[in-house]
Amino acid sequence: MRKMLSLISSALRLSAGRTGSRVVVSARTYADFTPQATFDIKKCDLHKLEEGPPVQAVLTREEGLQYYRTMQIMRRMELKADQLYKQKIIRGFCHLYDGQEACAVGIEAGINLTDHLITAYRAHGYTLTRGGTVREIMAELTGRRGGIAKGKGGSMHMYAKNFYGGNGIVGAQVPLGAGVALACKYQGKNELCVCLYGDGAANQGQIFETYNMASLWKLPCIFICENNRYGMGTSVERAAASTDYYKRGDFIPGLRVDGMDILCVREATKFAADHCRSGKGPIIMELQTYRYHGHSMSDPGISYRTREEIQEVRSKSDPISMLKDRMLNNNMASVEELKEIDVEVRKEIEDAAQFATTDPEPPLEDLCNHIFHNEPPLEVRGTNPWVKLKSVS
Amino acid sequence: MSSLFSSLKMMTKGAMRCVLITNHLKFFETIGNFQLLQVTVRDALNQAMDEELERDERVFLLGEEVAQYDGAYKVSRGLWKKYGDKRIIDTPISEMGFAGIAVGAAMAGLRPICEFMTFNFSMQAIDQVINSAAKTCYMSAGLQAVPIVFRGPNGASAGVAAQHSQCFAAWYGHCPGLKVVSPWNSEDARGLLKSAIRDDNPVVVLENELMYGVAFEVSEQGLSKDFTIPIGKAKVERPGNHVTLVSHSRMVGHCLDAAAVLAKEGIECEVINLRTIRPLDVETIEASVVKTNHLITVEGGWPQFGVGAEICARIMEGPAFNYLDAPVIRVTGVDIPMPYAKILEDNSTPQIKDIIFSVKKTLNM
Repeated sequence: MRKMLSLISSALRLSAGRTGSRVVVSARTYADFTPQATFDIKKCDLHKLEEGPPVQAVLTREEGLQYYRTMQIMRRMELKADQLYKQKIIRGFCHLYDGQEACAVGIEAGINLTDHLITAYRAHGYTLTRGGTVREIMAELTGRRGGIAKGKGGSMHMYAKNFYGGNGIVGAQVPLGAGVALACKYQGKNELCVCLYGDGAANQGQIFETYNMASLWKLPCIFICENNRYGMGTSVERAAASTDYYKRGDFIPGLRVDGMDILCVREATKFAADHCRSGKGPIIMELQTYRYHGHSMSDPGISYRTREEIQEVRSKSDPISMLKDRMLNNNMASVEELKEIDVEVRKEIEDAAQFATTDPEPPLEDLCNHIFHNEPPLEVRGTNPWVKLKSVS
Repeated sequence: MSSLFSSLKMMTKGAMRCVLITNHLKFFETIGNFQLLQVTVRDALNQAMDEELERDERVFLLGEEVAQYDGAYKVSRGLWKKYGDKRIIDTPISEMGFAGIAVGAAMAGLRPICEFMTFNFSMQAIDQVINSAAKTCYMSAGLQAVPIVFRGPNGASAGVAAQHSQCFAAWYGHCPGLKVVSPWNSEDARGLLKSAIRDDNPVVVLENELMYGVAFEVSEQGLSKDFTIPIGKAKVERPGNHVTLVSHSRMVGHCLDAAAVLAKEGIECEVINLRTIRPLDVETIEASVVKTNHLITVEGGWPQFGVGAEICARIMEGPAFNYLDAPVIRVTGVDIPMPYAKILEDNSTPQIKDIIFSVKKTLNM
């Protein structure tokens, strides 16, 4: 049956001619794909926990395609940002997330949009998973009025519903996240807060203050350390006396998770979310992940690590490739289908980049707006005493 | 009615436990007279918080010793008993952590009051106050509001030495995105704290420990549950024609005392109580200078880059400059870390004689 169909399809393609319309031949129907499959995932290292997340995960075809698409969008978006930065269309700080896609997408798959999330400055991926559009994100990077923060925030200060940024001060987002969790508990809506930080931030004192209070008050907070092995140019061995970040919470139970495997991340997040929602208090997840880019666009990323190391991770552990291989090997999707998604993603990114480079910059009248919330208009001093600017909220 | 009686009960207890620090403390008026009531600044703050906690269930208080200890300075006395663990939260000694938690809670829809035992300790958390609270509404283009109050005693106390005596009016007053208020008397304390709690933006309330035990008359209107004082408006406490004295917090009392002494010599001082440090009510100061032609600022904090320095700059940039008959004079704390010995400490902050001396200097007497 398949041989016949492929014969027909090639015949049709030939007859369509070189400039002819693309002949869409459905070589396989959806009924031929495996609707779902079970995969073995790595067991998590546990700290102060009797049991961990399951070692098997069920992935449906729809989920697989959705995760693939989202991760590809994230990947392409970050690469496009790299391009625009090198063209000097994006300025200032730009911390790219490529390589870590499984973390953002996997976490979101384990929680609800009604839950809350806060992270540090490597935030473009999370802005996307929390509901921001690629257009809004890119226009914010290029500082245009169509940006998610109207051009006022930039790369590190993007916000969305139940997403509290985007925070520039290393570690400051962790107490903020616990505060969000406190509000969740206070308001009794069975919501939780996912509070992310990196291996570099993990040594911040305020994080330990937060561990203490979150544990004392049993706040519904999932602390997640995205360990990408380097805090800017400093490897974890040179920064931390203990690199077992999942144990650093001491009295807080912890999990060490393969952050390159989206299913592993998802299952661990679900496990952690259940822990929080059952009123047991906070939990820590360490995601072992990797960033392909340097710390930011001003860091080539090869002075403190070898190109070989980067290449090895890319070839052996790339999160998107891993998912793609799983789906193809289990007949959950076709090569063409995934290629089609790639093409659509490319187009979406191109459109967004087009918007981000052509949308006008914010109007000067907006300069002093939004200093306050819900406030009558006020006067703001300009650069000299005769410049009196107006601020509306 | 019942709140008045409970305030009376609290005030009786308070009056018995209060340390009488200044000579302003008066005993009770007749209890039957509800027109004017003697309320200490401490009780005014307590009532304000009590009323706002009752009014809006999103309001809660957190800080060191605020709950079971009744407050390090007893400002939150009785609140934990009334509202419980959920709304009055004792924190460990973790300023940076709990200030951040308070800001996060504000971002997620609550209305926290974050108490710093003194504002000296807020320095450990100042990143959360400025970078997480003050700047967020702007950075998010209005998407993310931060309705939080940071409050606590500010400035010099008595014998607590250098690390516990700094005035933070200038530091916080410097930053856009913050509102900063500095109450002097009980009515200020009630009205400004209530406004701060009802404000959808970060407000820093700089109280004064030495004023907590001082009682002032508060009108019936001032005792009503919805009494608020607008943030950003100064008050002329005493009208006068010869010189304008501008001050905030405890120094307002010193200015009034100096004015009383000078009045005997025929010099009438106009005393302005700033009430708000940021936004500064320059118009009220200018209107006064137009009338008196002489301006003296009085503050407890250090001179360099201080509140007085800002007022000088603003007056120079505005219409009142042309009405000045003499340069603006700043009376400030001495430019040193606060010493301990009483004689040294007494000579480190403005005394009434310093204000009188400056008035006579500017009037060429």
